[in-house]
Amino acid sequence: MKKQLKIIAYCRIKNNAISLNGKSIITKDKDLSFSDFAKQIYKEKQLAYPKFFKMDNLCKLAFLTSEFLFEAAKLDSEIIKNTGIVLSNKASSLDTDRNHQDTINDKDNYFPSPAVFVYTLANIMIGEISIRHQIKGENAFFVSEKFNETLIEHYASSLIINRKSSHILCGWVNVDNNNYDAFMYLVAEEGSYNYSKEIIKNIYTQN
Amino acid sequence: MKDVFITANTIISPLGFDSEANVSAIAKEESGITLHNNISTSPCYASIIDHKKLDDAFSKIGDPKIYTKLEKMMILSLQDTISQAAFSISDKTALIIATTKGNIDALNNNFEPERAYLPALGNKIKEFFGFKTEPIIISNACVSGILAIAVAKRFLQNDYYDNAFVVGGDIVSEFTLSGFQSFQAISKKPCQPFSKHRTGISIGDAAASVAITTDTSESEAIQIIGDGSCNDANHISGPSRTGEGLYLSIISALKEANIKPESIDYISAHGTATAFNDEMEAIAFNRAKLEKTPLNSLKGYYGHTLGASGLLEAIVGIHSLKNNMLYKSLGMDELGVTMPLNIIENTTKKELKTFIKTASGFGGCNTAVIFKKAEQ
Repeated sequence: MKKQLKIIAYCRIKNNAISLNGKSIITKDKDLSFSDFAKQIYKEKQLAYPKFFKMDNLCKLAFLTSEFLFEAAKLDSEIIKNTGIVLSNKASSLDTDRNHQDTINDKDNYFPSPAVFVYTLANIMIGEISIRHQIKGENAFFVSEKFNETLIEHYASSLIINRKSSHILCGWVNVDNNNYDAFMYLVAEEGSYNYSKEIIKNIYTQN
Repeated sequence: MKDVFITANTIISPLGFDSEANVSAIAKEESGITLHNNISTSPCYASIIDHKKLDDAFSKIGDPKIYTKLEKMMILSLQDTISQAAFSISDKTALIIATTKGNIDALNNNFEPERAYLPALGNKIKEFFGFKTEPIIISNACVSGILAIAVAKRFLQNDYYDNAFVVGGDIVSEFTLSGFQSFQAISKKPCQPFSKHRTGISIGDAAASVAITTDTSESEAIQIIGDGSCNDANHISGPSRTGEGLYLSIISALKEANIKPESIDYISAHGTATAFNDEMEAIAFNRAKLEKTPLNSLKGYYGHTLGASGLLEAIVGIHSLKNNMLYKSLGMDELGVTMPLNIIENTTKKELKTFIKTASGFGGCNTAVIFKKAEQ
């Protein structure tokens, strides 16, 4: 019953550099803050998607990674519509949670904001990607101490074997204070690269 | 595909510290929602577990001082479920934890802020019971609890695990309360799902847990026969006007279960009592041809318990099946959605075989899971 799955494409964004399918495509000054880096990428890609500027850093990172990935994957719109999204990280939305907490710590200066609060959920990144690409497939957000290639492989395979989705956007997108790291890959029955949890772990470690 | 069953289960809430106490309170139309003066900048209705009662119960199994409120709730719940279950923890037993905000109160209480990382919560629970596998933590807004059941089922069907313990929990915190207040989403009265007079949510504390297995020998097992978890692709904080993701989730679950909508005897809806959410659900249920099926929201008893809600409400649904009882949708007076729904207005006895549990949340997420009495 187990199926041999393939990787269609993979993308990594960290240290202000972007690589696609193992090849470096963009490198920026390491001293740039993440938000400046993200803004530069947005402009250079001419994305014309104003919602981007409302997003918190976690969603911006997930959004940009998925942009490069979907561009490279060239999927049919019918397939995109039913793509499953299985993402994970360590810090959940704590980077924005701390901002929201700051707005309520002082009772004399109490200013919680819906624009911040809505980003205090890590799965919002799945919502942002879904809206951008009109994806109405399966969703799940997992939290683990580090990138758990086994968990993601189990769940992506389960979705494909149980015929919930034929293509799964998988990955790890973490933002925590000044550190960030994104790694996404598209898995399906057909694709350019072999997939196993060992292969994906190697790619993650080496890129 | 293998058949997957829910067996043991426990609810920890203001209505009681086991499932039976909770269900009997619901049968008596008791609500955990009361007015609290010290949880926000102004008095506020919420369903909150008393600290002293919790610590008294917890002190029988551990030191209440070294665990957070949420950890104590989750551990107490799991302790009871594990002791009832016909299987014990092995190296192929999954521990699945569902929570929306976890120990978010650790950002501003006596615990270290590092406790707010969800893996820290996972490790506390893993260590307490000696689980042999890494905890699987699901944090997918308000569908977390019901999605955790779907995740467990899928992992068992594909032989990644032999069985699973699933626990869901969330607490009322100033963090979430202030956020919902900033959205003007908190009701000034106890919440009234699907009512014309509804003005928003009440929030609540709860933890709930279940044992999930492929072993059919347990006599009172309930089978999980279909699931779906689809995104609206519409808005990050507003429900879809067409109920798209919820509709697609229901259709996906029905297709897998290979049953028609008329085979569903009861709907345990999400029903948060915000204007837009309840309207969206009414549209989705009508699109799925479920408008005549008896429906309730249990938020009138528990408030919105966030990541716990789907699991907690599924357990009450399981007891509805076992007891052949349809429980009143507390807070309902006059129907306040634009499409027809068959809201349960009085608790009534009825032969039940199958029910569907649904949930929806921020990020456009939705989940539907169908449960059925196991064939004897």
